[in-house]
Amino acid sequence: MSVELGHFALVLALALALVQTFVPFVGARIGSLSLMRVGEPAAITGLALLAAAFAALMLAYVQSDFSVANVWENSHSAKPLLFKITGTWGNHEGSMLLWVLILSFFGALVAAFGRNLPPTLKANVLAVQGLIASAFLLFILLTSNPFARLQPAPIEGRDLNPILQDVGLAVHPPLLYLGYVGFSISFSFAAAALIDGRVDAAWARWVRPWTLAAWAFLTGGIAMGSYWAYYELGWGGFWFWDPVENASFMPWLAGTALLHSAIVMEKRSALKIWTVLLAILTFSLSLLGTFLVRSGVLTSVHAFATDPTRGVFILAILVFFIGGALALFAFRAAALAPGGLFHPISREGALVLNNLLLTTAAATVLVGTLYPLVLEAVTGEKISVGAPFFNLTFVPLFLPLLAAVPFGPVLSWKRGDLVGAAQRLHFAFAAAVVSAFLAFFLIDRGSALAALGIGLGLWLIFGALTDLALKAGIGKVEPAAAFSRFRGLPLSVFGTALAHAGLGLTTLGVVCVTTLETERILTMQPGQTAKIGGYALRFEGLQPFTGPNYTEDRARFILTGADSVRLGELISSKRLYTARGMPTTEAGIRTMGLSQLYVSIGDATNDGGLVVHMWWKPLVTLIWIGALVMMGGGGISLFDRRLRVGAPARRKAGPAAAGEEAA
Amino acid sequence: MTRKQKRLAVIGSGMGFLALAAALTFYALGQQTSYFYMPVDLLAQPAGAGDRIRLGGLVEKGSIVRGEGTRVRFVVTDYEHTVPVVYDRILPDLFREEQGVVVEGALGEDGVLLADTVLAKHDEAYMPKEVADSLKERGVWQEE
Repeated sequence: MSVELGHFALVLALALALVQTFVPFVGARIGSLSLMRVGEPAAITGLALLAAAFAALMLAYVQSDFSVANVWENSHSAKPLLFKITGTWGNHEGSMLLWVLILSFFGALVAAFGRNLPPTLKANVLAVQGLIASAFLLFILLTSNPFARLQPAPIEGRDLNPILQDVGLAVHPPLLYLGYVGFSISFSFAAAALIDGRVDAAWARWVRPWTLAAWAFLTGGIAMGSYWAYYELGWGGFWFWDPVENASFMPWLAGTALLHSAIVMEKRSALKIWTVLLAILTFSLSLLGTFLVRSGVLTSVHAFATDPTRGVFILAILVFFIGGALALFAFRAAALAPGGLFHPISREGALVLNNLLLTTAAATVLVGTLYPLVLEAVTGEKISVGAPFFNLTFVPLFLPLLAAVPFGPVLSWKRGDLVGAAQRLHFAFAAAVVSAFLAFFLIDRGSALAALGIGLGLWLIFGALTDLALKAGIGKVEPAAAFSRFRGLPLSVFGTALAHAGLGLTTLGVVCVTTLETERILTMQPGQTAKIGGYALRFEGLQPFTGPNYTEDRARFILTGADSVRLGELISSKRLYTARGMPTTEAGIRTMGLSQLYVSIGDATNDGGLVVHMWWKPLVTLIWIGALVMMGGGGISLFDRRLRVGAPARRKAGPAAAGEEAA
Repeated sequence: MTRKQKRLAVIGSGMGFLALAAALTFYALGQQTSYFYMPVDLLAQPAGAGDRIRLGGLVEKGSIVRGEGTRVRFVVTDYEHTVPVVYDRILPDLFREEQGVVVEGALGEDGVLLADTVLAKHDEAYMPKEVADSLKERGVWQEE
């Protein structure tokens, strides 16, 4: 019964989304406040309906109601409760439902908390949100109904893909979607501004918190996905430049650019047209990502439950929204007044450089991801573009960006002084150079490349700290005064410093793992010992073990340090999930400080041994810790009073204001 | 600088970056892509020794030789031609006989492919897209 109610709620939500699209839009056109106000209750009720639909599906999963086709295909009664719950979105239909649920969640937030928005802007934003929701609800109802029943109902389900039976599924897709879909708000604001025909600094201030929130979630979602793939696939890699990874990375790059250009627009009312375009592009890349992942047009190791026939529908949605928004942009952008002027060497200039590099980097990722697809369509030739391509294109574009990051915050607005900025940063620079030299001479096998990379990562971290010290006036004023100034700094300053330092931490992690990692592949007999990264592992043999819905062979290793002190044991296993008869490898991972020892096992050999692949991964955890720090930086900025309370009333258009605009 | 000059400077540097990115991209596409072959394609247009290729096909029944230390040998077939492969790592979990597989590596002098990557997806019903298309074209395999 609840399943039918869920389906019905979904249909109602579609009807309501259509109301939310057209009524406020017409209201904004004819200037009727009462029509415009319809958007708010529509958005909030829409969220309630979708939440009910989602709860109904979740209930069917928890109760293992195999009369629902979706549950039968992706669940099993012996599955642990957590995976029954997370299994709700571990499949195509359920994940699309989660997508729309989050979309309407953001729409409802705008409706509930956007009190100080001008009514026409708010009405248009909600209308665009409603339109996106309508398109995707239509998609779900027509092609991917999660509530379809089976007659007769099977007794047992086919189980969830074992790879997905992991805590990662509880965290990664929701976070990723909060990021992906969060950018729809920036998109709706951009479209609304274009419909309205006016964009100003106040607009940027309204958009910024939404962009910031989406960006923080996306950062966390990507990092979580990377860590999940790292420990679950048993290949020891943290990033494969796989199309599905790129699909989430492109909106992140564009979103990062948007975050920064919105600052320029808010503070200096420059880069208006560019910011609006970026807002459109960022969500377009999110839509493209959804299409690439859901349609399976590209061969990927991470894509699950894809269906090319349904991909065409998403492609149509994609073309409609991207094409529509860009057409709107082409017609209206010229009407937007150009903004303030600035000198190339200035904070604005630095942020423009940031934007140039980020968008170009995003473009190379886009080319590398889509090129095989286009080439095959045009010439029929099949090629693959892998990591070497991205190392050759993305990395050279990204390195100068990283090197330039510390300069941005210490340059002044409008007209900066590069020499002065360099002087302010000389401590950070010296510290980074000294560390690089130390790394070169002290680290065993330390190469020039590793040293440079480590120096770069530390340069980012020291640069971020220097920025805080400068803003607090440490060394210039009395310590007590500096401390009180430090405490009085706006939260967004801390957010910036944290995010930049987090980027430095991630850089350090990536550099250390790619240049200093050691690996060994060998066959081991029980009792045999292998050395790696200053540790020794003794293989104790295989033991069978039975889990709730799987059986496994566990390989036990005893870990000892350099001086033969026993540090504990490590278990790596080959699992067989009985319902699907599908094997998986569970890597054995031991974290020591910030580094990890990673052991994956393979097949047994003829002479009773076992193939073992082990890696010593120095500072690998920094990759994800850095991402969490970046996410934290975004979160702290979000609580800045200036974003919360200070959302300003729009400047009254008058001669004085016009004069200010032109200045 | 006048407003116009500044705008030109910004546009110019933007173009510069784009040009740089385009140059890098074209260079990398020329150097760093591997072509996809089925075994029969290697008959028609043999790749030279040392060439990096991506080979798709099915794992021939009874061809998997494990247990020589960490090395695994198997044969990739498309029912018309076969290519022997050597791989010195841990095979993916779903690597099985008569299943679709994509192998990447360099061809040796003796025609044996020295693989550094073996892809088989995490789904039991998986057939790599390139392999499925190619086999269907020649009518030797149908989708269930």
